[in-house]
Amino acid sequence: MNSYAVIIIIIIYLAMLFYIAFLAEKKRQSKWVNNPYVYTLSLAVYCSAWTYYGSVGIAANSGIHFLPIYLGPVIAAPLWIVMLRKIIRISKQHKISSIADFISLRYGNNRFLGALVTVICLFGTLPYISLQLKAVSETFEIISGDNSYVSTTVIDDSTFYIALLLAIFAAFFGTQNTDASEKHKGIVATVALESMLKLLFFLAIGTYITFYLFDGTSDIYEKISVTDNFKELTTLGKVEDGFNWFFMIGLSFMVVFLLPRQFQVAVLENNREKHLKKAIWLFPLYLLLFNIFVIFIAWAGKLTFGSTENAEYYTLLLPLEHGNTFLATLVFLGGFSAVISMVVVSTLALSTMVSNNLVIPYGFLDKFIKNQPERNSKYIKTIRRVSIFTIIIAAYFFYVIFSKALSLYSIGLISFVIISQLAPSFFIGLYWNRGSSKGAIIGMIVGFCVAIYTLVLPFTLEAYTGTDDFRQYGLLGIEALKPYALFGIDFLSPPAHAFFWSITFNLFSYLMFSLMSKGNYRERNYAEMYVDSKNFTNLQDSALVWKGEAYVADIKNVLARFLGEKRATRALKIFFTKYKLSQDTQLADARLINFSEKLLTGSIGSASAKILIASVVKEEQISLVEVLKILEESKENIVSNKVLLEKSNELSQLTFQLKEANEELIDKDKQKDEFLDTVAHELKTPITGIRAAAEVILDDEEMPKEIKAQFLKNILQDSDRLGRLINNILDFEKLETGGLHLDLQPQDIQKTIGKAIASVSQIAAKKEVLIVNNNMHPFVINYDEDRILQVLTNLLSNAIKFCETKTGKIIVDYKIGNQVVEISVADNGKGIPEEDFIYIFDKFYQSKNQNTRKPEGSGLGLAITKQIVEKHKGKIWAKKDIKNGATLVFTIPFE
Amino acid sequence: MTKKILIVDDEPNIVMSLEYTFKKQGFEVFIARDGSEALEILKHHTPNVVLLDIMMPNVDGYQTLTFIKETESLKHIKVVFLTAKNKASDVEKGLSLGADKYLTKPFSVKKIVSEIQELVT
Repeated sequence: MNSYAVIIIIIIYLAMLFYIAFLAEKKRQSKWVNNPYVYTLSLAVYCSAWTYYGSVGIAANSGIHFLPIYLGPVIAAPLWIVMLRKIIRISKQHKISSIADFISLRYGNNRFLGALVTVICLFGTLPYISLQLKAVSETFEIISGDNSYVSTTVIDDSTFYIALLLAIFAAFFGTQNTDASEKHKGIVATVALESMLKLLFFLAIGTYITFYLFDGTSDIYEKISVTDNFKELTTLGKVEDGFNWFFMIGLSFMVVFLLPRQFQVAVLENNREKHLKKAIWLFPLYLLLFNIFVIFIAWAGKLTFGSTENAEYYTLLLPLEHGNTFLATLVFLGGFSAVISMVVVSTLALSTMVSNNLVIPYGFLDKFIKNQPERNSKYIKTIRRVSIFTIIIAAYFFYVIFSKALSLYSIGLISFVIISQLAPSFFIGLYWNRGSSKGAIIGMIVGFCVAIYTLVLPFTLEAYTGTDDFRQYGLLGIEALKPYALFGIDFLSPPAHAFFWSITFNLFSYLMFSLMSKGNYRERNYAEMYVDSKNFTNLQDSALVWKGEAYVADIKNVLARFLGEKRATRALKIFFTKYKLSQDTQLADARLINFSEKLLTGSIGSASAKILIASVVKEEQISLVEVLKILEESKENIVSNKVLLEKSNELSQLTFQLKEANEELIDKDKQKDEFLDTVAHELKTPITGIRAAAEVILDDEEMPKEIKAQFLKNILQDSDRLGRLINNILDFEKLETGGLHLDLQPQDIQKTIGKAIASVSQIAAKKEVLIVNNNMHPFVINYDEDRILQVLTNLLSNAIKFCETKTGKIIVDYKIGNQVVEISVADNGKGIPEEDFIYIFDKFYQSKNQNTRKPEGSGLGLAITKQIVEKHKGKIWAKKDIKNGATLVFTIPFE
Repeated sequence: MTKKILIVDDEPNIVMSLEYTFKKQGFEVFIARDGSEALEILKHHTPNVVLLDIMMPNVDGYQTLTFIKETESLKHIKVVFLTAKNKASDVEKGLSLGADKYLTKPFSVKKIVSEIQELVT
């Protein structure tokens, strides 16, 4: 294909990416941008050109050794739910903007450590980016069929222009916001899309080669199995290879957390923690799919080309060989996608680190303090943009000088080993609060030096001197210092060997110096926050132990420089409101210091933020004793707050109870008033009768004798009624207030019923009502006979009241139930209207249906009856669904 | 002309004293045990005055009064409450409903007679 055609395709493809990034930025809240699939696909930025082309190269030349690079992440994925979640939480809390920020903050916001991490990441990533450029350049040559022309200067090298385009893309979408902890939705969306495309294209070419060019997997297998070195390619060689595998898996396990681009997409661009749940199985699946066809493509290439072509590009060469330019172009675009996403995300991450941890804290801070706020924000963006361009151009020159001679696979592993030097301080620091900045710094430097010595130095020296003396005989000819066989370990592959020694030295230095040096209070404070991150989520601002003097006005000035006057004022207002402080507070406390540092961290990195705030704060050194005292105090505060809260809860509970009691009292009072009212009314009635009759007799001397007798009889009747009423009221009052004590004695219930019937027999006889005692068997239980007699008489006289003269019949019965005697009084009178059922036991209720005229009842009879029964722990009710008459039933329980 | 009085009360002993006294004073006396009985009597007779208890079964004093005062042909009849309810609020309620007098129990028979005489002459 014509190289101009390829360039046009590239430009169209890039334009599409620009457009998608633009759309995603515009619709930041859309679910197309914020979902677990986009998150998982963005994690697949892990699969760079190295995966896309390099794996096939390894598979063709040395067998299945490409696999450990994917097995590590697959093993790591399930751990994400615990570890990555913790990292994400901490990063969100502290507005972390890069892995350098993350590590330096853990070790007390150490400026030097942040810079060191940045440098290591630069060393680890530059070659890696150059590897991507190399892949683009070489595939460009292959696809355009233009391998005769060798560019001599930068100006006519298409790779340079592609690199520039990538830098523009990264700079445009990577620096929209000064606050680097903000999400880059545009970039993430394109990365996700590219991840999808590269997988699809790779699967397409795999299917094409395996099933179209060849007759399926078994066909390829049969053909390759007869070649010379087939056995070496398909088996692991002895224990040594086992070790190689072990270290390679360990290496890739670590770097999937540590690579700046992985940290960027997995931690900083994470929207929701729950997306992790999908990612932990989807990401391994993605890696698996990517590796399905690798081995078959490699074998197919080997069968087709022998060893004449670069095996890394079989995916391109095979379709081209068979004249399928379209598929070859897709493969090229897939590879190009892998390159773009890797380069863009890596440079974005690196540029943030370079600006926040290297350039700003070490050079520009003073300038910022003098500058106007608007210009500061512009400055920060400019620094980042310049960093992006510098990084990509530096990578380009690295490629021009070194990479042309190296394979994709070896460059990738060099990067991995260098980046892995962050591992001890990163992973152990998350769970071990003793890890100190001194340990972290020394560990990293030592590990880095060992990695350079055992991995980078040999090939660079070889490139410069043209001899392999260093590799062959070691430094100064000392056997033990041979770079590929340090201290006699000569059975590992160079990357595994370098990884083993560098990480060992690193780890030991880290542990040793951490144990030896305690670190200052600030460092230990942050260590505590990281290790015990769960407990600090609620008091993150006050978690900092700090002593000194600072003025709110000064801090506000600093904030205004980076956030602008408006945002600074608003932020402080929010802070004061949150902690219930007065808006014109003068002196700043530890919480405000911490809050301000966090606010600035997003823009200029934690180290710079600390320095800036420190510049306006007179901080005093704190002794350990003081730290402990402060911690103790805050602990006490928490405890006393807890106690206060409990007390307050108790109080509100008490208030509630009081309110209820009060309402009950008011209710009772009202009931009492009503009761008194009714009692007065009931008492007045007989008194009125007595008074009127007496007056009439007194005033009329000529009154006939029989009329006078009638009046006197009325007076007697009313007096009796009055007496009864008073007795009942007293009884009722006694029962209701609980003043009555039952005299419980073993009694025969049958005999008591008999007595009750006898006591009403006179009234019954007068009305010619028949009373039948149905159950004549004696049954002895404990009760107060006088009171039960009262109950029975009451029920009986009520029944008589409701019965018709002559035809009236009352049946008294009792039966034994489950630990209870049930006594019933049934009559054949008018019955109780259904609507009255619930009222009949109320005091002063009098039924409309009674036959006798008034003076008979007091209106308290059934109320008293009920009280007595309940006092015996029994129940009383009127039977429902009775055909005629009324049946009242009460129970007395017994043991 | 003989004055007619309707006594409405559910306490027979009280009614008896009142009936005896008013008859002696020359009144024609009608007796009702409650409001519904009173209304029945009012269908056939038109007393000059009704002596009305309040707390009665079925139709109470208030309802009876309201019926009398709202019936064109009965409107002119004087109505006197005679009740044990003696709270100021009760008195007010009774009078506001249109009662001509509000007398309370227990009472002096002589006093009742003079109050009624005063009303009907």
